Amino acid sequence: MGSHALANPVAVVGMACTQFGELWDRNVDDLLVEATHGALVSAGGLDVQDVDAFWLGSMISGVSGLTLTRPLNISHKPVTRVENMCATGSEAFRNACYAVSSGAYDVVMAVGGEKLKDAGYSGLEMPSVPNDGTPPVLSAPAMYSMIVPAYARRYGVPEEQIKEAMTHIAWKNHSNGALNPRAQFRKETPKETIAAAPTLAGRLSVFDCSGVADGAAAAVIVRAEDAHRYTDRPLYVHALALDAGSGTGRNDSDYDYSDLAESAASARAAYEQAGITDPATQISLAEVHDCFTPTEMVLMEELGFSERGKAWRDVLDGRYDRDGALPVNIDGGLKSFGHPIGASGLRMLFEMWLQFRGEAGDRQVADPQFGLVQNQGGSPGDLVSAVTIVSGQRP
Amino acid sequence: MVGIESYAAYVPSPRLDRADIARVLAAGRGKGVRPVASYDEDSTTMAVEATRRALRGAHPVESVWFATSRPAYLEKSNAATVAAAAGLPVEVAAYDVSGAVRGGAGALRAGLAAGAAVVVASDLRLGLPGSADESAGADAAAAFVVGAEPVAELVGTASLTSEFLDRWREPGEVRTRTWEERFGVEEYVPLVERAVDTVLGRCELKREQIQHVVLSTPHARARATVRRGFDEAQLAGAEAYGLGFAGAADLGVGLAGALDAAVPGDHILVVSAVDGADAFVFVVTDRHAGGARSGLAADLAGGQPVGYGDYLNWRGLLPREPARRPDVKPPVPPASRRTAAWKFGFVAAQCTACGYRNLPPRRVCLRCSATDGFESVSMVDVTGRIATFTDDWLSESVQLPARVVAVDFDGGGRFECEMTDAVGVELAIGDRVRPTFRLASVAGNGVRNYVWKVRPHEEED
Repeated sequence: MGSHALANPVAVVGMACTQFGELWDRNVDDLLVEATHGALVSAGGLDVQDVDAFWLGSMISGVSGLTLTRPLNISHKPVTRVENMCATGSEAFRNACYAVSSGAYDVVMAVGGEKLKDAGYSGLEMPSVPNDGTPPVLSAPAMYSMIVPAYARRYGVPEEQIKEAMTHIAWKNHSNGALNPRAQFRKETPKETIAAAPTLAGRLSVFDCSGVADGAAAAVIVRAEDAHRYTDRPLYVHALALDAGSGTGRNDSDYDYSDLAESAASARAAYEQAGITDPATQISLAEVHDCFTPTEMVLMEELGFSERGKAWRDVLDGRYDRDGALPVNIDGGLKSFGHPIGASGLRMLFEMWLQFRGEAGDRQVADPQFGLVQNQGGSPGDLVSAVTIVSGQRP
Repeated sequence: MVGIESYAAYVPSPRLDRADIARVLAAGRGKGVRPVASYDEDSTTMAVEATRRALRGAHPVESVWFATSRPAYLEKSNAATVAAAAGLPVEVAAYDVSGAVRGGAGALRAGLAAGAAVVVASDLRLGLPGSADESAGADAAAAFVVGAEPVAELVGTASLTSEFLDRWREPGEVRTRTWEERFGVEEYVPLVERAVDTVLGRCELKREQIQHVVLSTPHARARATVRRGFDEAQLAGAEAYGLGFAGAADLGVGLAGALDAAVPGDHILVVSAVDGADAFVFVVTDRHAGGARSGLAADLAGGQPVGYGDYLNWRGLLPREPARRPDVKPPVPPASRRTAAWKFGFVAAQCTACGYRNLPPRRVCLRCSATDGFESVSMVDVTGRIATFTDDWLSESVQLPARVVAVDFDGGGRFECEMTDAVGVELAIGDRVRPTFRLASVAGNGVRNYVWKVRPHEEED
């Protein structure tokens, strides 16, 4: 019993990520072709038929592995569609890594893509099973906004201070995104503008919410020992963790909405696999699930970067800024990219790919040691969270 | 020895200021406020509230008689919803007396004839903007448990039926049309006189032996004329609460007011004049404890203002541009049927292993994972506290922002739901709340999604 590091380590040897945004001129097929072909080129010019198996992450843009095989004309390959809410991208990657590590396949791909902007809605429409009408119907911002009064009460922090930290997070991620050509929103936004925006839910304004976007990303994965056949600078996988809670927090009076236990559990498991004992100093940069600004704030505690009840202070002190001790969402995050569900986890990983290869341009972090990707789905009390740890060093 | 064993009324919390109507329409001189059903109330939910109150501590009943001129559904029984949400067993017969305002009197008569019964009347009075129904009406409900150990025993009845058009409304319409006022006066006044004389004759009572008179008619001018035949003292009880005409519920609300004012030995004459006339005489028995038991005084002491624009939106008369979100999904009938005890009765499952209340009921306890070991527990009268809350501007709710709360119920159990009757009310973690049966939404296919929500709860001393 237990969760362990991969018996046979694996590495990413090719990655690609499309532009994210309101891509009115591209359908999901176009996005999947662009990301898959891009990753194959990045892996030294592989042919799609050289890949032994595929994992496709998509929540609402298609069903079955055929969503990937049809546009790419892939024939007679094992292709699996993966869905785990907003953590779908990381989940496709995790399962692909296991397949290579097991020895079942030599070369696999994880592809994530989502076409959301054809739905015509603000926000996301979650697929739902026909029901009796009694499950609470809250918008996603409303569910996450519950964190604010709960956190304020638990730690005795005035809501105004929390809002200030939320505003800082929005400002930071937009400022990071302004440097990223693939981001949907590439405009720095003054804190005054962010703070003055009207509310959508609780303390959350539109600036506290990630946008809706189309996009895709893909990775080619091989055993670590084979990695240099494909690239000089592979990205090695040190940990793959997933935690699905019982989903009962919203019906359990022991839960107070001020924390995200599944995120903490997935981080603990990942740190153990990677041999990380002090994440606050050992992690060089992190891509985390900033679906809403309070999420990113609380995640700083769940991931062990900040002490409990102190994340808001660390955020305001600039600890997670681009030039801070531990840059978080240096690519702009969900805030700047938007959140095409199946793609987001792989988009986060793509920033690690660039950073560990020294290809991140204006956003480059000097000499990164470990990079952390945290990707989650659901809402406070009803969550799945995936944590991936990568490095330029082979485990 | 049949009569009323217990009674209750319900007045919804929102108050519409008539001056606001006058201001928006630039016509008339509005004075005072009237109660209006909230955005998530209909005749069925208000009936549930009154029925629950009346049934508290009551004897078992065999039938439900539900009167309203604004039925939530046609074909499908609304009385069945009231019975389910009031926690009545499946063996109870539930009947709708829907459509005509006179159903209020008819349901009372039917319930008294049936014996052990609940009679409930609930109505919304509305019309086109600027109408008399809009400004002078009241949305309210009243319920009576009828049985053999009454606080008010039925002494006699008299009824007359007359075919004439004074008011009429097509199904689904907002507007009620009326004929000329003087026509109604000439028809109604003799009908009332005759019904009163008949019932008093049958009861061998004279007018001056009646302590309380309830006069109920949609015809204001006929009422004013008939009213002159009684002393102010006789009318004071029924008129004490100063509500406008409450449609099919008007007779019941008036009777509840009279009972609040009555003492043992008092005679109560109830007269309803609509499409004929109905008269009832009750004598108050020694079982009547007296006092403001109807709940009218407490309901009318509270109340929250609603702007005319919001009110018109609630009634569908000033629809607003919705958020750019998917259409409301209706609950599906098989799922609602499977979970009827939970959905309509708010019955949770209490784990026999760890004692935690699971809302909604489930097979594996969310706390201790014990399987299939649960006892049913009604949450309807369980108060709770706000664990956390938010305002949701992207909600499906008619009234934005939706006030959403996570509730921790006293004695255990957590549920997230909309907090209603809280428009503009400042919320805080720890605030007291209590359950109430409301509408979550009405879907495009006409399915009304009834759910249990919470509303503010003021501690009773």
